[in-house]
Amino acid sequence: MRAFIAGCGRTGAGLAERLAAAGHEVTIMDTSTEAFNRLDHEFPGRALRGDATDEDQLRRAGAEGVDLFFALTEGDNRNILAAQLAAESLGVAQVVAKVNDPVRAEAYRALGLATLCRTRLLVDALATYSGLPRDPGAEGVAPAIGHHQEHDGATAGVAVPVGGR
Amino acid sequence: MYVVIVGGGKVGYYLTKELLAAGHELVLMEKDGRRARQIADEVGSIVLQRDGCEGKHLEEAGAKRAAIVAAVTGDDEDNLVVCQMAKHHFDVPRTIARVNNPRNESLFRHLGVDEIISPTRMALAAIEQDIPVHELLHLAQLPGGRLELIEARITEDSPALGRRASDLSLPEACSLFAIIRGGNAQPIRSDTALEVGDTVLAISRTESENQLHDALIGAAEGGDTD
Repeated sequence: MRAFIAGCGRTGAGLAERLAAAGHEVTIMDTSTEAFNRLDHEFPGRALRGDATDEDQLRRAGAEGVDLFFALTEGDNRNILAAQLAAESLGVAQVVAKVNDPVRAEAYRALGLATLCRTRLLVDALATYSGLPRDPGAEGVAPAIGHHQEHDGATAGVAVPVGGR
Repeated sequence: MYVVIVGGGKVGYYLTKELLAAGHELVLMEKDGRRARQIADEVGSIVLQRDGCEGKHLEEAGAKRAAIVAAVTGDDEDNLVVCQMAKHHFDVPRTIARVNNPRNESLFRHLGVDEIISPTRMALAAIEQDIPVHELLHLAQLPGGRLELIEARITEDSPALGRRASDLSLPEACSLFAIIRGGNAQPIRSDTALEVGDTVLAISRTESENQLHDALIGAAEGGDTD
């Protein structure tokens, strides 16, 4: 499998190493080359400096048509833009965006993005540790809800988010 | 008409003033406290110091009853998120995004943003059209954002030619402070008469730039772009 990871923070670097160790072809991108210090010295994948919210840079880095695209930078909005670029302009079928604001995470699920909300996962982990029942929506990557957006830019048929309001 | 503007940079600031002058009801959201207070001092309590990318803050700003949400921050990703949240979460009929990277224009349209403002494209178009020879040149923006350092070349057509600095009708709060003549800088005194080839250095309010242009270079010919 070919995987592309935007953002070489702890999460991005950790995932890149796991995927590469399992034999997948991994490209990881970050705006700062210092971020690549988080990667193991023997990391077999490609580490490229670049801005993952820029379509041209993503293309040059070979993000077009990869099997998996993970947007894991520090910024929710940057992840949302990068993920939508991958899905809409680069033809990537499986895209995950880290969106730490629970309201935004839920809203973008309804717009066709699979999201990972660290806030919700942590809150749920600590709440269950405290003896509260599990939040059924807080399990790993939350898949997109309903249909993807129409390709002519029309917005009809986009579901209203179920949670967060 | 009720309008929510997100981003209190130059675009947001002038947009706010124009729309207020035209009698619209609006709220400006600016997350930076200092910038928000600065604008509020001038336009009043319609400034909300909040991040417009957050759903609950957009709701506080009354996005549900807004006819237009305009996202004009300097960050494309923020503008996209504001518009998408407005459109799909609050059913705002019309969303406008400032797009800084021209490459993002078609994606934003495709993702449901109704109107695109592209300062980069506009600037490129203006430059390609013609480069005015005797224009004022912006050297720097001074801290605070309201004053600019400007350079103007005195030509044969300049209404200021041969006149003394103290006789010029300059806009309020504008100051000429030095000229460069024959490769040397010298301070401008009240009896300094301006000559062809002089480069005048001035500090002016951004909004008085046109008046300064008229005084030093002469009224613009034909259609002046802003």
